[in-house]
Amino acid sequence: MLIEVLIAACLLGAAITFLAPDRVAGRLAFAISLVPVVVSVYMYSVFDGTGNVLLQGGQPAFETTVEWFTLGAYQLSYHTGLDGISMPLIALSTILTTLAILSAWTPIDERQSQFYGLMFVMEASLIGVFSALDFFVWFVFWEAVLIPMYFLIGVWGGPRRKYAAIKFFVYTNVASLVMFVGFFTLVFGLGDSIASLGLPEIAQALNRGALGSVYGLSGDAVALIAFVLMFFGFAVKVPVVPLHTWLPDAHVEAPTPVSVMLAGVLLKMGTYAMLRFNFTMLPEVATALAPYLAAIAVISVIYGALLALAQQDLKRIVAYSSVSSMGYVILGLVAYTVYGLGGATFQMISHGLISGLLFLCVGVIYNTTHTRMVGDMSGLADRMPVTVGALVAGSFAYMGLPLMAGFAAEFFIFVGTFDAGFAGAPVFTALAMFGIVIVAGYLLFALQRTVFGGFFSATDYPVREAGVHDLVPLVVLVVLIVVLGTAPDIAFAMIRDAVGPILDLDAAGYASVETLNALSALGGVQ
Amino acid sequence: MIPLQTTELSGLVALAPTLAFGLTALGLLVVDSIEPEASNRGLLAGLSVVGSLLALLATGFVLFATGGEPVRLFGGQLIVDGMSLFFTFIFASVTALVSLASYDYLRDTPYQAEFYALVLLAATGMSLMATSNSFATVFVSLELSSLPSYALVAYLKRNRGSVEAGIKYFLIGALSSAVLAYGISLVYGVTGSLLLPEVASALSGGVGDGLLGVLGIGVLMIVGGVAFKTASVPFHFWAPEAYEGAPAPISAFLSSASKAAGFVVAFRVFVTAFPLEANIGVDWVLAFQVLAFVTMFIGNFAAATQENVKRMLAYSSIGHAGYVLIALGALTGAGDSGFILGAGMLHLVVYGFMNTGAFLFVALVEYWGVGRTFEDYNGLATQAPVACVAMTVFLFSLAGLPIGGGFLSKFFLLMAAVDGGVLLLAAALVINSALSLYYYSRVVRAMWIEDPSTPFDIESYPTGLYAAVVAAAVVTVALLPALGLFSDVAFEAAATLF
Repeated sequence: MLIEVLIAACLLGAAITFLAPDRVAGRLAFAISLVPVVVSVYMYSVFDGTGNVLLQGGQPAFETTVEWFTLGAYQLSYHTGLDGISMPLIALSTILTTLAILSAWTPIDERQSQFYGLMFVMEASLIGVFSALDFFVWFVFWEAVLIPMYFLIGVWGGPRRKYAAIKFFVYTNVASLVMFVGFFTLVFGLGDSIASLGLPEIAQALNRGALGSVYGLSGDAVALIAFVLMFFGFAVKVPVVPLHTWLPDAHVEAPTPVSVMLAGVLLKMGTYAMLRFNFTMLPEVATALAPYLAAIAVISVIYGALLALAQQDLKRIVAYSSVSSMGYVILGLVAYTVYGLGGATFQMISHGLISGLLFLCVGVIYNTTHTRMVGDMSGLADRMPVTVGALVAGSFAYMGLPLMAGFAAEFFIFVGTFDAGFAGAPVFTALAMFGIVIVAGYLLFALQRTVFGGFFSATDYPVREAGVHDLVPLVVLVVLIVVLGTAPDIAFAMIRDAVGPILDLDAAGYASVETLNALSALGGVQ
Repeated sequence: MIPLQTTELSGLVALAPTLAFGLTALGLLVVDSIEPEASNRGLLAGLSVVGSLLALLATGFVLFATGGEPVRLFGGQLIVDGMSLFFTFIFASVTALVSLASYDYLRDTPYQAEFYALVLLAATGMSLMATSNSFATVFVSLELSSLPSYALVAYLKRNRGSVEAGIKYFLIGALSSAVLAYGISLVYGVTGSLLLPEVASALSGGVGDGLLGVLGIGVLMIVGGVAFKTASVPFHFWAPEAYEGAPAPISAFLSSASKAAGFVVAFRVFVTAFPLEANIGVDWVLAFQVLAFVTMFIGNFAAATQENVKRMLAYSSIGHAGYVLIALGALTGAGDSGFILGAGMLHLVVYGFMNTGAFLFVALVEYWGVGRTFEDYNGLATQAPVACVAMTVFLFSLAGLPIGGGFLSKFFLLMAAVDGGVLLLAAALVINSALSLYYYSRVVRAMWIEDPSTPFDIESYPTGLYAAVVAAAVVTVALLPALGLFSDVAFEAAATLF
């Protein structure tokens, strides 16, 4: 029931803030948003799920099943539950929403009640996406995320907000449609072997090899088509080069709190769904296509980083860097080892925190200086030390400085990928690692020119330290990043428990328990 | 004779929903003749709302009492079963919403008692259409629902658009009635019966070669009559004019309830009278496949080019008729017929709420005197956020986003098309849904994202209209989790026809 409490609290919060007068909406929204945070942290502390919810033997925590209706031969249910993959993402969603709401107090100065109402609708939908275990419930939440996002960018965004909002909506909606078709190809292929559209049932039926032919296509062809269609659908959301062009537009036009949600949580929907649908349900196709997928991932890493290197706008730099970081997630998934899959999931959390932090820092700097261009300011460290401190910390975390979350995540991924069984895995890993060099390049370059040196600002606004409510989210995120970096097992133990079963079903058997144990001893991550 | 009498008695009870509509209409006229001058708007609107809600309650009661078992009346001319009660539920809900909304919309117009009486008479005709089990009652009840509708479209008699729309609607309506009547007479000539089951049994033995062509022409003419009532291509030309010119609550009424009434006739006539296995000279399933395909594309493409919200909704309602026609076009015998027909019924019930709500929002905007084009809607959300949330729900649900029941009912239609093996229609449904998102989101964008192009100030927030719009929105959203309550009834009701 606790998942439903989370969703209900968000929806109720949405209704209350929507109807509240503008002047109290921000404070009210912050107060209400603490409820999901407290509940999700409590859930995290008492979490008792085991294994992977989609696979045999997986036991979700906080499970709810309510019969919904019958669709022909299928029984649809409202089915939710959490395992070690979804639990950290739920916690990430609630915490980031609260911080985003807090950071919205300064920049959002019109139609506040509607803004916070939509933030809550989005939070509810995100929790739904990460917890739903029935395809229909999941799809309802998946599509529901688009609607608040469309408004949040379209109403409160920058000068080209209408264009960005429509572009976001069209790209992601078309992607959803393609994914939908892909998924139903699988359902038709499974035919009578499933009696519901529950994700666990479908995943287990697929792993049993129940996939039959559809309209003259063989089972293997059906699996391949479904994999490609679903991968495409999710890849737009991630986003993967060359489907990423909506992302910088959306990020640059979106107000800071919305960028935080977009980079922090929304992008994870894509990789989360890939992990659940592509890599859990169709492992044979995933391993067969591994070199191609790895190539896509590495291109995303390098190309995204190069694009970030070319930007002059701080927000664009952070936006493009997301393309690059999410490429690492896909690389980890493709690796198909415990550390690959686990590291990818860990990177989702860590990137959520770090990119959220960087967007918040850029937002605070923009609120003060009213510019985001690298050339328009320098020496900010003197005037706003806390903000700059957080920015530097976030950048270092992004570059993978040890003891911070980014290091742990990338280390897991590289270790996992190096060990992967597909052709040329070490080469792909080495190429992807080169991405870190570029990341360090553009971040240090931007930092050096904006925060260090003598003070200068091209705008006439007085530059001074931001208010307490602007700084609290930065500090909280820095603390979380360090905690997760120094004690990754807070999340990784849970994640590894959930990704392990995925590999046992893999016929090719890339990763074995022995390598897992060996790496644990080697990496000292226990 | 005694058992017969008890059947007659329980038969009248089974007709309670229809009687509730009819008696309320008469009651309204009585109230008006007692006090013709004093136009007590509240009393008239209240009476209509109460009357439709009574019909709604009666529907539920009869469904509960009979369990959807067919009750035949008047020698089988009328049949009260799950199908008819399901559609009466739609008519009663839409009539209640429309009556509620009309309270504010009609605040300065004369002849209000007549307006409500006509609405309820039309509703009576529709609920009779749902129970018609003979071509005779089909024709009579169709006229009973059409004639008041002509008058209602032309109700704003000082408005040129309204009168023109009324005339256009009337002329095309008269033509299609003639076509329908001629088609019925041909079918009667060949089969010698007007009762739908008897037509089927007459056909089961096969008809002479010379008569097969006559029968085929008759069936096609009946398809034409149905196409008129459901505003499907090629008899759709009246719809945009009539919906645009009519008072907005009447547009809501016609595009939701009247369309559903046309479909229930189509479902019953074609499934009962012309079963798939009978050789009737034409393949009506193929005819409906073509109609569905063409109607979807013409409706949606025309809607995408409109500059006027009301006209856009009118064309999109043609597109939705195309979606529901899939339910008939997919009856190829390959799939589960009850499921396929039930999918069409489910879309109509969801559509009844979301489309009525959208037109009532247009009525609200007309009430404010804001205008009808997309530009006029700019920035409405700053003034009326709650109503705009409701409108957003309607539009996204119409487009098939999972914010309301429209997503699930469209999905059912998609499954129905796949089940029936007509993949082309399934593809057309998906393509058209994606296309429709474009023009529906234009309204959403105007309301929420654009700044007001001309400054306007909304002074009053009419209670009746607001209540109707919000109620429709609540039901539209609730139909997403609660569609299961309807789906079982719909599938069972549809399955009993086969």
